[in-house]
Amino acid sequence: MRSVQALVVRDLALGIRRPSEILNPLIFFVMVLTLFPLGVGPSPEILARIAPGIIWVAALLATLLGLDSLFRTDYEDGALDQLLVGGNHLPLMALSKVLVHWILSAVPLLILTPLMGLMMHLDWAAIRVLWLSLLIGSPLLSIIGALGAALTVGVKRGSVLLSLLILPLYVPVLIFGTSAVSAAAMGLDYNVQIAILGAMLALALSLAPLVIAAALRVSVS
Amino acid sequence: MWQWFHKLGSPKYVYPLCGKLLPWMAFFTTALLVIGTVWGLFYAPADYQQGNSFRIIYIHVPSAFMSMGTYTYIAVLAAIGIIWRMKLADMFAVAIAPIGAAFTFVALFTGAVWGKPTWGTYWVWDARLTSELILLFLYFGLIALYHAIEDKQKAIKAFRILALVGVVNVPIIHYSVHFWNTLHQGATLSKFEKPSMAPEMLWPLLINILGTVLLFLTIGMMRLRNHILVSEKNTQWVKQEVQHVL
Repeated sequence: MRSVQALVVRDLALGIRRPSEILNPLIFFVMVLTLFPLGVGPSPEILARIAPGIIWVAALLATLLGLDSLFRTDYEDGALDQLLVGGNHLPLMALSKVLVHWILSAVPLLILTPLMGLMMHLDWAAIRVLWLSLLIGSPLLSIIGALGAALTVGVKRGSVLLSLLILPLYVPVLIFGTSAVSAAAMGLDYNVQIAILGAMLALALSLAPLVIAAALRVSVS
Repeated sequence: MWQWFHKLGSPKYVYPLCGKLLPWMAFFTTALLVIGTVWGLFYAPADYQQGNSFRIIYIHVPSAFMSMGTYTYIAVLAAIGIIWRMKLADMFAVAIAPIGAAFTFVALFTGAVWGKPTWGTYWVWDARLTSELILLFLYFGLIALYHAIEDKQKAIKAFRILALVGVVNVPIIHYSVHFWNTLHQGATLSKFEKPSMAPEMLWPLLINILGTVLLFLTIGMMRLRNHILVSEKNTQWVKQEVQHVL
């Protein structure tokens, strides 16, 4: 447990000392969302209708930006080898990496989301559900993404390959996340979608760390 | 029995075995596909609603069936590779991945061609079509990952993991796409409820499905032989084999 704590603190410190890696995905997120009204026109009805989808897609792509470096720096400077041979519980280590990625990439997005929702003319009820769906969905994005990052860490120019591998796996998260918001915007019940997102998160939290650990062993060995 | 089973794990034994089987496989594949296709396209009765356009079913359904079947098969082979470290299971899994992708593409293409006269559009964002498209992306991911990693020992291990992750996700993706579609345009689904087929239409379809399975195995064996030669190129028997041909 102490080694997990040490790893989380170290990764957080490393992340905070490289502010551009936190800020760039955020700026990307805001800029993509600024492009949509320019592309489809400023009418509030259209924007409110497509807002759940585009905010979710923008969040998903912004998550993708930080994923490539998730294991890469550790792989290049040998810290990952140390983790592997250090006798630590590797799935737990993988999970703490995912946790740090989520804190550094998703939490700032979550803070910005209500603002972006307002700019897209969503009403407060829908923004609340959008926020909730992103809160449950973004850890899923980080976990699935870490799986792809672990598989491609040894590959040169792996970032394109990474998106090819994990974007299809993001489909269910995107569907349930956006449909929860659409349902809320129409005044319908959205508990089903949120519950399924939660179920997928529980499944991913329990199985994915084992797979990420196996993938890391393959990539580093 | 067990000795035979163990021999199947050895590339040196399987390479000539596939070579002996291939002419027979090719013969039966051609025979079945010709019979099924000619019967389906010329002699089966026309559909009372769709007329002759329904005949593309004799290409569409077998390839759609194989597109999903191949992915499952790859995952089974990946599991065998992880559990028993059978080299040949790995080789076959890698060899058949592009065939599965090709079947998926054929299924999508024939589906689009069929969609135009039947629904009036080449593409609808229907649950089945969308999950088939995502399946194609999953195939691309598998193939790309294997080719991106230069150390093939590593590549096959990564390939296995991705194949298993994919097969866990395929039902989730399928279910969620279904959910997404029924939320937006439920009426489309009824278009897919097929009336049970008349036997004279069904027989050519079954023959073609069997023929397509054999076609898959034939091409799979050819690719497997190729793959064996490439990955065992440093062994004595491959050198002899190649000299023999040259």
